[in-house]
Amino acid sequence: MIDQVPVSFYLLLGAILFSIGAGGVLIRRNTIIILMCVEMMMNSVNLTFVAFSRYLDSATGQIFVFMIMAVAAVEVAIGLALLVELNRHKRAVNIDEINSLKG
Amino acid sequence: MAQLMWLTIALPIVGVLFNGIVGRRLGHRVVSLVGPLVVLGSFLIGAGALIELLVQGEEAVLVPLWTWAAIGSFTVEINLLVDHLSLLMVLVVTGVGFLIHVYATEYMVHKDESGHLHPDRDFARFFTFMNLFIASMLILVLGDNYLMMYVGWELVGVCSYLLIGFWHDRPDQPQDPIDLGEGEEPVRLQPLLSPAASGMKAFIVNRVGDVGFALGVFLIWSTFGTLQFTGVFEQASQVAEVTPAIITWITLLLFIGAIGKSAQLPLYVWLPDAMAGPTPVSALIHAATMVTAGIYMIARSNVLYALAPGVSMTIAFIGAITALFAATIALVQVDLKRILAYSTISQLGYMFMAVGVGAYAGAMFHLTTHAFFKALLFLGAGSVMHALNDVIDIRRMGGLKEKMRITWLTFWIGGLALAGFPLMSGFFSKDEILAEAYQDLPILWVLGIITAALTAFYTFRAVFVAFHGQPRDQRLYDHAHESGKAITFALIVLATLSIFGGLLGLPAFLFDLPNLMDNWLEPLYATLEHGAETAHLALTVELVLFATSAVVAIAGIAVAYLFYVVKPSIPQNLARSTRPIFSLLANKYYVDELYNAVFVKPGLTLARNMAEGIDTWLIDNILVDGLAKVIGWCGQQLSQLQSGYLRHYALATFIGVLVVISYFFLR
Amino acid sequence: MGQLFFLIVAAIAVVAALGVIFNRNVVHSALALLVNFCSLAVLYFMLNAQFLAVAQILVYAGAIVVLFLFVVMLLGAELGEKISSWLTVQNAFLAALGIILLTVVGTAVFENYINGARGDFTTEAVREYGQVQMIGSVLFTDYVLAFQLVAVLLSVGIIGVVWLAQLHLKRQSQGELND
Repeated sequence: MIDQVPVSFYLLLGAILFSIGAGGVLIRRNTIIILMCVEMMMNSVNLTFVAFSRYLDSATGQIFVFMIMAVAAVEVAIGLALLVELNRHKRAVNIDEINSLKG
Repeated sequence: MAQLMWLTIALPIVGVLFNGIVGRRLGHRVVSLVGPLVVLGSFLIGAGALIELLVQGEEAVLVPLWTWAAIGSFTVEINLLVDHLSLLMVLVVTGVGFLIHVYATEYMVHKDESGHLHPDRDFARFFTFMNLFIASMLILVLGDNYLMMYVGWELVGVCSYLLIGFWHDRPDQPQDPIDLGEGEEPVRLQPLLSPAASGMKAFIVNRVGDVGFALGVFLIWSTFGTLQFTGVFEQASQVAEVTPAIITWITLLLFIGAIGKSAQLPLYVWLPDAMAGPTPVSALIHAATMVTAGIYMIARSNVLYALAPGVSMTIAFIGAITALFAATIALVQVDLKRILAYSTISQLGYMFMAVGVGAYAGAMFHLTTHAFFKALLFLGAGSVMHALNDVIDIRRMGGLKEKMRITWLTFWIGGLALAGFPLMSGFFSKDEILAEAYQDLPILWVLGIITAALTAFYTFRAVFVAFHGQPRDQRLYDHAHESGKAITFALIVLATLSIFGGLLGLPAFLFDLPNLMDNWLEPLYATLEHGAETAHLALTVELVLFATSAVVAIAGIAVAYLFYVVKPSIPQNLARSTRPIFSLLANKYYVDELYNAVFVKPGLTLARNMAEGIDTWLIDNILVDGLAKVIGWCGQQLSQLQSGYLRHYALATFIGVLVVISYFFLR
Repeated sequence: MGQLFFLIVAAIAVVAALGVIFNRNVVHSALALLVNFCSLAVLYFMLNAQFLAVAQILVYAGAIVVLFLFVVMLLGAELGEKISSWLTVQNAFLAALGIILLTVVGTAVFENYINGARGDFTTEAVREYGQVQMIGSVLFTDYVLAFQLVAVLLSVGIIGVVWLAQLHLKRQSQGELND
């Protein structure tokens, strides 16, 4: 059952999810949503890696995914911490309001 | 002693440093001591080397100093070549130089009514430059390669500029028009250039010649592969067989340099204006030494010039024509120093005529005697100026023989030498040149003899007008007094040399006495294939030429006596009746005006346009300011990219990623 | 059969992803994200990566989404922009960009531009030794350096977060002192 699905399907799915995530980062202005979309992009990459790992019989892909997961977790933690900190100063966390690095 | 020749250059340099750095503080008396002494030291060393060479019978001593640069196959060594020719120049330069330095210690000091001394404000600076000049001139004559000669060449040009423009804040001086009697409009004269302008003129005109010289040196290097005299001269005849044209070009280019430095046609115009400098400068640089550098150069390169007969003939003609040309101008000048300046140009013409026909020893002989009597004449003129509060117009002098006897007598002696009066030094040297010229090309002799007549005339015109007759300006006359010991010392020594200097080069046929100068300079011709060009004329021809020169000289003096002592109305009547010619001569053939219109004004206009148009407008406004403005504008536009909005940044990153992926995809 | 199953799960994942973006309520977005993660876990199972599938559920679904929800609750659900309509010119343009990306990558996928090196992590080997053992042996031998670095990274992350948190407390106490 597993071997019936060609690898390109998985890759295409990964591409679709990545594009949706990228679109989400560009379209939405809510910081939390943006962070979520970033997570989605990383997940799509994970999917691609695992697909290749399966179809090339290589362990490297899965190890890589392992690392990415760990990094993603840390990144989300720190990102959200910053967000919380930022929220203390401004009431609404609209990403367009964080622009003091203008110019 | 010859090995110590480098000291001759080092001592004046010490003088430069001393006078330049501490001279001002130590006062003019100390500088008066140091300045001349270093030159005397150089002279003594030169004399010692002379004795050594004579005793040991050597012809040349090479004094290696150090290697300046060694680049691949191109090495430049600093060596001194002490041979007969350079030693002669060294002695003339340092000997006459020493006397002039001594003279200058008194000349540059003014004594007021109460006997207080007022040295010139820049006394120390003067002697610094004078010492520097001596050092530079010695580098020029002692170098053993063309590069050192060129270095010395340029340095003396710099010193000339510095010394001519010594009184740099003096303005142009207007000249009184020449009065031709009642009813006639006076002949207007151009104002005399300021020292600053004269200095620049000298330097720039010299520069024109120096371009030729530099190109000649380059050509020598590329042709012979070496710049050392020995190396060049050894290969010269071989090269001449293969490509004679190269030798022609080299000699021609070097001669162009000599035209500038030694004030021949058409680059003579700087020398009369150089009289704006102090008189010792005029005596040293523009009579005795610097202007003779061109002669020395050609004499040194005689091997090359002997292989280029066309160029040599050109040199002879330019020399002869210049001699005549300058003499005609000197006839009607009213400024004492300018008469002497044109006279110098004329005598230099004689020397070039001599080297042109191959009489290198004759030219050097005349160079030596000319150094003596021309320096004497200039110093005498300076003595007069010193006494008359710097008046130089001969129309305000007169009758000075009563008040300045030593100056008068020495000036007479110098004048006799210049005119070629029999038995004076100038007579022998000039006669030798004329004999050589006659042997080679009689037309040159004709030009020479006419010039000699004019020379005698204008020289004694100056003598009679300045020293004889009635004083024309009573107040000036009353103030006049004989000069002090330093000045008179120099005058007397030079006068003695002017009289007895002829002994150096007595013609062979006269009493069978040896021609010391010819013998001394014989090694010069050692590398020439066809020997020395000494005159080998029949005895009768020689005697006739001798007599002609003597008669011409005496006649010139006599006519001058007639015009200016016996019947002073003659010159004015003559000028009135030949007014166009007179005006032309008095205004120096309008050559300066011609050069101004053709070269100077366009040059200045070009410079101004470049400065204002290109420099200010194009480079400053458009390129520099404009560039800054453009960059600022770009920066402003680009800073809009940094909106501060994270989403914009994210978008930019995204588009970038898209581009990169597409690129890799499309490959 | 396998393909059908794949298509269903993929569809769920895509729909959930779209739901993350096009949702006015942040909490709803977070829950859609959760669905997305879980569908991906299923896909991992299909790809014979059991260990990673479980890790996905534990880390992503279990920790990260929960963290998101914590923050959303902490900051209040009013945060975010007031979106009147999704169909603006800007959004269309940005969506177009996304589609371009998709096109490029998709084409690359189907043109077989993507290659890689084969290893020996075959299905038979996994069946014999067990997935976790295989991963463990590779992780602690060939990739032990990366493993250690990730550990350092996690530590740094924790320290960073703790510091950021106490920053507020310090400022608060300073503010009290300054009163």
